[in-house]
Parts: sequence; C-alpha cells; structure tokens
Amino acid sequence: MTQTSAPVLAPLEFARWIWRQLTSMRTALILLFLLAIAAVPGSVIPQERVDPLAVTRYRQTHPSLSQWYDRLGMFHVYSSIWFGAVYVLLMLSLLGCFIPRTRVYLTALRARPPKAPRNLVRLQASAQFESSTAAEQVADRAAAELRRKRFRVDSYVDGEGRHVVTAEKGYLREAGNLIFHVSVLVVLVGVAYGALYGYKGAVLVVDGQGFSNTLSQYDEFTPGGRFNADDLPPFSLHVDDFHVSFQPDGPQVGAPREFDADLTYTAEPGDTPKTYDLQVNHPLQIDGTSVYLVGHGYAPDITVRDGDGNVAFSGPVPFLPQDASFTSYGVIKAPDAEPGQLAFEGYFLPTLQFDKTRGPISVFPDALNPALVLLAYHGDLGLDAGLPQSVYELNRSGLKRFTRADGQPFRMQLQPGQSITLPNDAGSITFKGVDRFVKLQISRSPAKLVPLAGVLAAIAGLIASLFIRPRRAWVRATDADGRTVIEVAGLDRRMGGDLQAEVDALAAALHDVHEEKESV
Amino acid sequence: MSAEQFAHLSNLAIYSATVVYALALLVHIAEWASAFEVHHHEVADVLVPVGSSSARSGISVVTPGESSRRPGEPRSDRTDTFGQIAMSLTVLAFGIHLVGVISRGLAADRVPWGNMYEFSTTGALAVTGAFLALSWRYQLSWLGLLVTAFTTTVLGVAVLALYVPAGPLVPALHSYWLVIHVAAAAIAGGAYTVGAMASVLYLVKSRWSGGYLDRLPSKEDIDRLAYRVHAFAFPTWTFAVLCGAIWAEYAWGRYWGWDPKEVWALITWVVYAAYLHARATAGWQGKAAAYIALVGFGTFLFNFIGINLWGSGLHSYAGV
Ligand code: HEM
Repeated sequence: MTQTSAPVLAPLEFARWIWRQLTSMRTALILLFLLAIAAVPGSVIPQERVDPLAVTRYRQTHPSLSQWYDRLGMFHVYSSIWFGAVYVLLMLSLLGCFIPRTRVYLTALRARPPKAPRNLVRLQASAQFESSTAAEQVADRAAAELRRKRFRVDSYVDGEGRHVVTAEKGYLREAGNLIFHVSVLVVLVGVAYGALYGYKGAVLVVDGQGFSNTLSQYDEFTPGGRFNADDLPPFSLHVDDFHVSFQPDGPQVGAPREFDADLTYTAEPGDTPKTYDLQVNHPLQIDGTSVYLVGHGYAPDITVRDGDGNVAFSGPVPFLPQDASFTSYGVIKAPDAEPGQLAFEGYFLPTLQFDKTRGPISVFPDALNPALVLLAYHGDLGLDAGLPQSVYELNRSGLKRFTRADGQPFRMQLQPGQSITLPNDAGSITFKGVDRFVKLQISRSPAKLVPLAGVLAAIAGLIASLFIRPRRAWVRATDADGRTVIEVAGLDRRMGGDLQAEVDALAAALHDVHEEKESV
Repeated sequence: MSAEQFAHLSNLAIYSATVVYALALLVHIAEWASAFEVHHHEVADVLVPVGSSSARSGISVVTPGESSRRPGEPRSDRTDTFGQIAMSLTVLAFGIHLVGVISRGLAADRVPWGNMYEFSTTGALAVTGAFLALSWRYQLSWLGLLVTAFTTTVLGVAVLALYVPAGPLVPALHSYWLVIHVAAAAIAGGAYTVGAMASVLYLVKSRWSGGYLDRLPSKEDIDRLAYRVHAFAFPTWTFAVLCGAIWAEYAWGRYWGWDPKEVWALITWVVYAAYLHARATAGWQGKAAAYIALVGFGTFLFNFIGINLWGSGLHSYAGV
C-alpha cells in the first residue's frame, strides 16, 4: 500500500490499489461477515419466494413499515441488489485470490525445496550430534530416509563444503485449499445457473384425475429469469389411487404414518403409459423434470343446483388443510347459477365432533365421520372484473350472505349423501362424498449435479487443507577433523503436531548406534 | 422389552443423567473454589507472620505466577480430589445418558433424533462424548466445569420444555439423508460446543489469572486445542449442510429454499469460515479469532433454539 502516500494516483494505479484491497485477506474476512449479516433479515422478515401468504399478511398488519421494506427489497432479500453486491464482491475477491495463488503454487510445485537457513539449530525444532560416518554418506542416508518419508528431496554441497539435504512435503495442503475455494465458486455458479434456467410449480390433483404439463394447469408457478414456457416437457400423469394412514392411537395419535400415490404417466403424447409409486422422499423423474409428493388433503364432491333446478356446479373441490386434524378451509363457486351467482365458504371436518365451547371441530385427520360446515352467499362473484382470483378465496364485496328468518347467518352442516335447500328456494347443495387430492410439486433445475459435485470437491479440498501439515526439513553434515557434525532441523508453518519428535526420529535414523546423541 | 418399557427406561435414564451431571457440575464448582482457597492460604502463609489475623481475612490481591504443577502431573490436594470425583461422575452420567438415548431409539424403532427433545438429548451426548474422548488423549479435564454446566442445562431444558413421547416419524422425515444429516449436525455441534468452551477459557486466561486458572494449560495450548476442534467441526458441518440440502431435494424438490433454518445454517458456516480466515490474517489472530468463534457458536445455538421456537418454515414440524 505504498501508493497511498503518492499525492495523486494515476487511474491505473488506483485500479490496482482497489484490486489489491479487494483481494486482501482482511477484505475477504470483512466480506464474509457482511454476507452473514446480510443474510439475517431474510430469516426474520417473511419472503415472497418462501411464503407469499405470510408477506401478504405482513403487509396488511404493518402497512407503513412494509413501504420501507419494499424500498429496501426486504421481502426478497436474497435477490436484492445489496445482497447481490456483497455476494458478487466476495466472488470477485475469491477469484482475485485464487488466480495469483494458483500461479504461485504451480511455480512452487516445480521449484526445488528451499536452501537451508544459515542457523539450523535456532529453528522450531532441531537436533545436533557428531558421528564417525563420512559427511557424504550421512547426507545420502538422510536423503534416502526423507524420501522414504515421502518428502521431496534435494541435496547439494554448499560454499563451505558442507553436505546439505533439503526436503519438503505437504504440497497437497495448498492444492486442497485452492480446490476448496474454486469449488465454492463452482457451487454458486451452478446454483445460479439452475435457478435462472429452471422453474418450480405446484398443482393439486384430485385422486382419480390427471394433470398435463402446461402452464395453465399449474396452481403456482415460479419460473427462473431465463426460463421459456415452451421448454416444459409434454408429459402427463394420472393419479390412480392415493393411500394415507394415520397413527390411530398412542401418544402421537393422528400423526401421518404413510402416504403414497399410484401414478400412471406418459413422458410424451403417444408413449406407452408407465406406472410409478410416488412417495415423500421418492420423487418421479421424467425427462429431467422431477415430480414430488409434498402434501395431501380432502376434496369434498359437491353438486350445486340453482334456483331453476339446473346443475350449476358439480365435482370435487379441494379444501386446504389448516391444522394437524385436517380441518380444511375451502370455497365453492357456482358462477353459472341463475338467477344470481352462488358461493359457499366453510370448513371440511374429517372426523366431526361437537365441542361445547368451540362448536363443530375435527378430532382426527382421517375421514372417519366427515362433515361440511358452510355459509352460503348469493350475488356477484366478481369474476368479470378481469382481476385474477384465487380459487381458494372468496371476494365478498359483491356477495350477500343467506340468512335465516331470525336474521342469523344461514349455517349448514352436511354429511355425505345429504342435501340442503337454500332459503327462498334459491338453490340447493349436495355433499355427494369425499375425495382426496395430492399436492404435487414439479420442478426442474438444469445442471443439478454441478453444485453437488462442487460441494463434494469442496469438502475433500477442505479436509486436505485443514489436516495436511506442510513441513520442511534440513540435514547438514560438516566434516570436522575426521568427525562429522550433523545438524537436523524442521519447520512447520502451521501449529499442531509434534515436530520435535519427528526431528528426533530423523536424527536417530542418522545416528550410529554406539554414539551419544546430544539434542538441542 | 416392549416399546413402552424402553420409553419408560429412557425417560428414567435421562432424568437420572441430568441429576448426575448436575452433581458433577457442583463438584467442579467446588474444585475451582478450592483452588482459589489454596492459593490464598499458600500466599498468606508465606507473607504473613503467624498470629496476624488481618491478612488471612483480607482479600488476597497477590497474583501468583503460573502454577509450578502442570496439568497432567500427579495431583494430591483437595482440588485434585474434587476434579477426579467430578470426572468420575461425568463418566457415570455419560453412561446413563447413553442408555437413555439408545433406549429412546429402541422405543421409537428408529434413530433417536427426530424432534427437538431427541436432538437436544443426543446433541448433549455428543458434547460429553467428544469431551470424554478428547480428554482421554489430551488431558482436558480442565474443561469439565463448562461441559457439565452445558450438558446439565441442555438436558434440563429438554426434560422440562421440549419433551414429547417417543413415537414414529412423520413421512417427510423418513430418509437416510435425514439420519446422516442430523448425525453430522450433532457431531459438528458437539465439536463447536467444545471449541466454544476452549475459546471462552482462552479469553478468560488472556484477561485474568490466579486460582484455578493457573492450573489450566497455557493460553497457547488452549488456543491450539480450540483450533483443532474447530478444524474438525467445520468440514463436518459443511457435510451436514450438504446432506440437509440433498434431503431437501428429495423431500421438497429443491436443494436450497432460504428457509430460516437453512439461512442460519449458512450464517453459521460463513462465520466459522471467517474464523478460520481470521486465524491466517495478520491482526486477527488470538482474541479476535476467539470472539469470532463465539459469534459462530451463538449463531449455531440460535438456529437450534431460536428458529425452532419461532416455528415457521418447513423444518418446524420437527416437533417442538
Ligand atoms: C466465499 C468465500 C470464502 C470462503 C467460504 C472461504 C473459506 C475458507 C476456509 C474455510 C479456509 C480454511 C482452510 C484452511 O485453513 O486451510 C480458508 C482459507 C484461506 N482462504 Fe478463504 N474463503 C473464502 C474467500 C477467500 C478469499 C476472497 C480469499 C483471498 C483473500 C481467501 C484466502 C484464503 C487463504 C489464503 C486461506 C489459507 C489460510 C491458511 O493458510 O490457513 N479466501 N478459506
């Protein structure tokens, strides 16, 4: 950083200075901290990508704070500019470290082990003794011994005629470290690529019905930035049979035990259909796309007749589970009803029980005593306004509730097979039976194996980097009046390990048995 | 034995282990306290003529140098006896604790780390196990106070606040990856805990001396131990996060979803990466690095406790 004292920095020098700052160890450390801190808000504030419903709720309860959050990108922290900035700087810094270090390392790989320092006995660990063996022979034996211990060895005779053996090992440590760092880059690039070109969607399919892989059939769909809807593979599938079982008794009564769906699928129109047993943790792979079973629920089979007696709606309607007993909320819309549109809203209770304070509740997740508890509406469903509307929510602004003669809401409770007629002969609703639906998640992330391979390489590199100890060793043999003075020394730039013991072992190997050793 | 009997045995063993750990903790406290007294008397005896009572009752401000006896040398006084008793109690508690964890697994017919209660009891077992294994090789009994304090607290919280009866897992948790993921996380967690304790003692020793502190290994030795333990914990943690990601891929169709639990696993990872960096960065070694290790441990604990109790996100059905 000598440049800082220069009065004016030329642009090129300034750029170099910036680069040097960016790629220093200290900057890397600070950027790592910044990354950790920048990741925090996204775990506290609800995120669009993780739980859009929670974000909507948060906006309703904290309207003014939400405005600020929107400005700062707090609802999508991990794709915000500031998070990206830290991330990109860290990547640049990493690349900036990696390239020069690789160059240095490759040179070091080809270089000979370093020459012996002048004063060997002052090093971290050393030993000195005399021997009657000739210096050259001692050097040969030392070289052989060090080679046996898998050091890289070089020997020379120095200016004063002393025989020197110099050796180094543990080169793989730096290689491991470099592999670790470059693997981190590979993982991040791989993940970014998969997110850009992939997609993720979810769909509810009622037991006994099918799904074909086109955009309009999805209930939720999140494409990556570079995803093209034409790339959706043209598969289709049919849910033949869905089984679920719950713990009937014991302390964990009601916990789900097993659920799986028998599927028939065709990879492309015209192919022969195949079957598959879809389970949690056991996804179906079609053509690079994966289908996961992520949830299930009930779809009561319902028929709605209008005031004219015509069928205005008929079919299974998925109700979304709200709790562990599968109390499920749902909405039934009959836009075709005459003279006015009809709608129903309420709960499906798989095992109905009447609670004195809470009214009808579900006490078990399986459909042992199923019932529907509904309110009915008439009026305008608001479907023509052109705004997209969720099938799981009711826009009540144009709707009026049916009431009883005493003015209380007209509340219905139905069990399978029952029908109820609405007040003033406005129509009727029939609960024909209970179907189930499965929630499937369908996603594709190309180059999935790249991040995986990257992490594995990173771990291997990390282990090498943390556990290999690079060491240097020197042996110097000096002729002194027919005797040979032998110095042995070692250097370990990382702490840990018992270097003195290694030096002593080497000294012992060079030592003639009958001579006295003097360790320093 | 039937599942119920195993479940019963497990509860009994975990309660008993908690009590025995607490006893070991008390004895460790006595050990530290008696070490302080010893110095006090030694110093007073040397400095004050017999008969003068004022110095004995006064607070000794004399700072003795490093104890002449290094840890590991034969010990004979009261302090050492306390230390040995505490260590034996810890071994006993560990044995009972092990029975508790294993019988919990037998009761549920699966690995005993399917919910918070089990993760706490198994994690605490990993901490004590790591401590006992290390002290076999490295003369680590000086960490005993912190280890037993930690284990007693974790088991206490588990028994009082987190307990759920033994039972099978929900389907999303049926996965080999889960088994490996949680096992690796527990091992890494145990090592992080020991590392954090060593870092705390390192910081304490950098600041104060006297009493029991003088019997601890040198600051440098503690620092080296802290590094070694962290160097083991970090790759293990990396592996645990990887297995978690693979499991998430099987269960939910994505490796990584920025779920709070995942975010904090990453934060922990990044902070410990910073710790390893700090140790190689001029001006950041020593105390600064030790503080970073403690921040890392804080993020690990927060992930395990805070996020689970907060309880949103996919991981929360691990069953608080
Ligand atoms: C995503 C960013 C990074 C991560 C996760 C990371 C992680 C790590 C880890 C875990 C180690 C410990 C391995 C060991 O001690 O051998 C390490 C070491 C090292 N890192 Fe990084 N690093 C990152 C970025 C960087 C950058 C930007 C630089 C350049 C300044 C850098 C330079 C080094 C060096 C020189 C070492 C070796 C330290 C030693 O000799 O012990 N790293 N890194």
